Amino acid sequence: MITREPQIFDEPTNVFQTAGRRLILACQGTGRALMMLLGAAVQTPFMFSRKNRQDVSQQLYQVGIKSLGVVSVVALFTGMILALQVGLELRRYGQETNIGMLVCISMLREMGPFMTGLVIAASVGSAIAAQMGTMTVGEEIAALDVMSINPLRYLMMPRLVALAIMMPLLTVYTNLLGILGGAMVGASQLGISWEAYFDNAFRYAENKDLYVGLFKAFLFGLIIVTVACYQGFTASEGAVGVGRATRRTVIVSFLLILIVGYFVTRLFYQ
Amino acid sequence: MIRFEQVSKRFGAKVVLREIDYEIHRGETFVIVGTSGVGKSVSLRHMIRLLTPDSGRVWVGDDCVSEASGKQLERILGRFGVLFQGAALLQWLNVEDNVCLPLRQTMNLPDEEVRARATEKLALVGLEGVGDKMPADISGGMRKRVGLARAIVTQPEIILYDEPTSGLDPVISRQIDLLIDSLRKQLQVTSVVVTHDLYSALSIGTRVAMLHDGQFAVCASPEEFVASEHPVVRDFLQAQGIAHLDDVRKAFGK
Ligand SMILES: Nc1ncnc2c1ncn2[C@@H]1O[C@H](COP(=O)(O)OP(=O)(O)OP(=O)(O)O)[C@@H](O)[C@H]1O
Ligand SMILES: [Mg+2]
Repeated sequence: MITREPQIFDEPTNVFQTAGRRLILACQGTGRALMMLLGAAVQTPFMFSRKNRQDVSQQLYQVGIKSLGVVSVVALFTGMILALQVGLELRRYGQETNIGMLVCISMLREMGPFMTGLVIAASVGSAIAAQMGTMTVGEEIAALDVMSINPLRYLMMPRLVALAIMMPLLTVYTNLLGILGGAMVGASQLGISWEAYFDNAFRYAENKDLYVGLFKAFLFGLIIVTVACYQGFTASEGAVGVGRATRRTVIVSFLLILIVGYFVTRLFYQ
Repeated sequence: MIRFEQVSKRFGAKVVLREIDYEIHRGETFVIVGTSGVGKSVSLRHMIRLLTPDSGRVWVGDDCVSEASGKQLERILGRFGVLFQGAALLQWLNVEDNVCLPLRQTMNLPDEEVRARATEKLALVGLEGVGDKMPADISGGMRKRVGLARAIVTQPEIILYDEPTSGLDPVISRQIDLLIDSLRKQLQVTSVVVTHDLYSALSIGTRVAMLHDGQFAVCASPEEFVASEHPVVRDFLQAQGIAHLDDVRKAFGK
């Protein structure tokens, strides 16, 4: 059962007690969130089953197609900003032809997965948290538990599958649009021809850059769905609690995306 | 069937149940009444493990629900149908799919049979022809009845009703009361009903219990309940204008 007893504590008497309690609760929360991720992950073999496939395809659509608009704008402008900033700097050394390479590599390695992660955390993650949170405070999750319908299978698994698949795909899309945005700025502001830009871009980029970026995107997907579902399933105290769950989801996934992104980079590029 | 053994529960400083001790028998309609916030819903939630006692145990048949887990808990919960106070419908499914949900997700029945059963239960609660409406588009009372249809669609042996008739008009309320009564008479379903409405409590209950200050002030047959001298019960009866069981019978034309 996902539904848990409400935890009620006495007022803390001093700062140490407050700090200690926060620490313990944070550890407990991390453990529970990871157990939820595990619990949903073991349900993924059921994604094609008659009971679940409809929800899975619906979530794939929600995450993939409905986010395309924002992702497109963010991707295009990320590439354009990168090209403009770096290009103006490089022009002082007569090196502006190299913006292709710089935009391409930084999109593939970092900016693609990172920007996609932030956009999806803010849009899809917060929506999942709000929905799950509303269901929790409205006793709908409890009702599912009592009907022996596992919320991890019925609700979390489809979202997990959707984000694990769509985050890498969206990242590929972000990368392409970002590189295109760079080319547009290169052609219009820096006088670099399209051929020269793309030639330069793909000469230096390696497959590894793409794969590491996609691996990051996959991890970010897991982070977003885990944080959002955990926050939603543990929401309490009505509408205020739902708001709090949504806010925490965005904050915690932003932080984790930054931190995990750094360590993955360090792991693969030493 | 359901036994509370010295069950205590408190939330922070607020004591909700104090060493409460009672048994609900098979085929009984046990009605819990009491003022708002005394812990009626909390009692119900103990029976389905949404809450566990601070001390004491809750038994369902021969299983201790407050200590069960895994498959055992699933088996115990499978015996229950629950109508939640707020109906707890899934907002993105239409009425019919909501009622079908427990059948689709926990049993492997052909889809025609699932739909047939859902339609039948919806008709029982007086909701023909609204199957394709969304929960947001129907009234609160209708949502409640959809929740009721969902609770009984799996044909459970024990049904918990948290305020089944609050927010319903008198005619529909009466219809729901009759439904609860007929489930008991025809299928020997054990029911636990939480309600504020003494008329319906006294007409459907085989026993009526008044929860007050963490304990049952009175737990007796409708006849004894009406005759009780307990001040809280008297207040409750007076507030609803019931002096004698005949008042209830008259109101329902029995
Ligand atoms: N999750 C919780 N956290 C803290 N206190 C709670 C919680 N659930 C219930 N309580 C407390 O327990 C008491 C009983 O609540 P309960 O919901 O059982 O009331 P009720 O008898 O069903 O009332 P109503 O008729 O209004 O539904 C309330 O006073 C409430 O403050
Ligand atoms: Mg209640």
